[in-house]
Amino acid sequence: MSSTFDQVATIIAETCDIPRDTITPDSHAIDDLGIDSLDFLDIAFAIDKQFGIKLPLEKWTQEVNDGKATTEQYFVLKNLCARIDELVAAKGASA
Amino acid sequence: MQLEYFHMIDRIVDLKVDEKTIVVEAQVPKESTIFEGHFPGYPLMPGVLLIESMAQASGWLQLGVFRFERMPILAAVKEAKVRGSVFPGDLMSIEARLTHEGSGYAMTEAKIRVGGKLRANSALTFTLIPFPNADMRGYMAKVAERVGFPQQAVSP
Repeated sequence: MSSTFDQVATIIAETCDIPRDTITPDSHAIDDLGIDSLDFLDIAFAIDKQFGIKLPLEKWTQEVNDGKATTEQYFVLKNLCARIDELVAAKGASA
Repeated sequence: MQLEYFHMIDRIVDLKVDEKTIVVEAQVPKESTIFEGHFPGYPLMPGVLLIESMAQASGWLQLGVFRFERMPILAAVKEAKVRGSVFPGDLMSIEARLTHEGSGYAMTEAKIRVGGKLRANSALTFTLIPFPNADMRGYMAKVAERVGFPQQAVSP
């Protein structure tokens, strides 16, 4: 089974037509890959479906807007993948 | 339907909040300035207005499912297909289904039929925003009354 990062990178590559080999764990989805908020909805949709979770985009956006978090915490891919793993684990724990 | 006000939907026929589906009707007027230009001698509902109609049907569905707590705003149109023409005087039956509830966004699939025949379909994405002000919330409540939005469907 491929890693969370591999799955997310594939989703981003296919959704946004970005060459897969340019996507790394340290890529910032917005600053490095140029993904805008609308394209990120498609990515979030694909992630929600693939991992059976609901990315809390509204909460994350609010935290960034309020200065309680940085975009790096949620949109650098290794961090995004860590959040996904946490959500998957939380889902498994509550099941 | 009042094209000049972008009031595309005339009435909600069936809203099933639990099943996340809706059916609405929209009567295309026999006359409109739009048809004078689109097209002289061959009046035809513009495809973008068919998409808008599907978006508004999807919007009422979301207002029901999310209990009027958020306003859905059209963000993306995917796989839109106009499979047949819609003419002045046609009665459109529009059905929509909520396919995904994300965080702050939602997706629907919608279809337009005339006389039982499929005329258009599309997958649509919406962002869900808080009502920006009381005026808009009040306006939507009035329109809800006009189109027969079933308040009991969203009552606690």
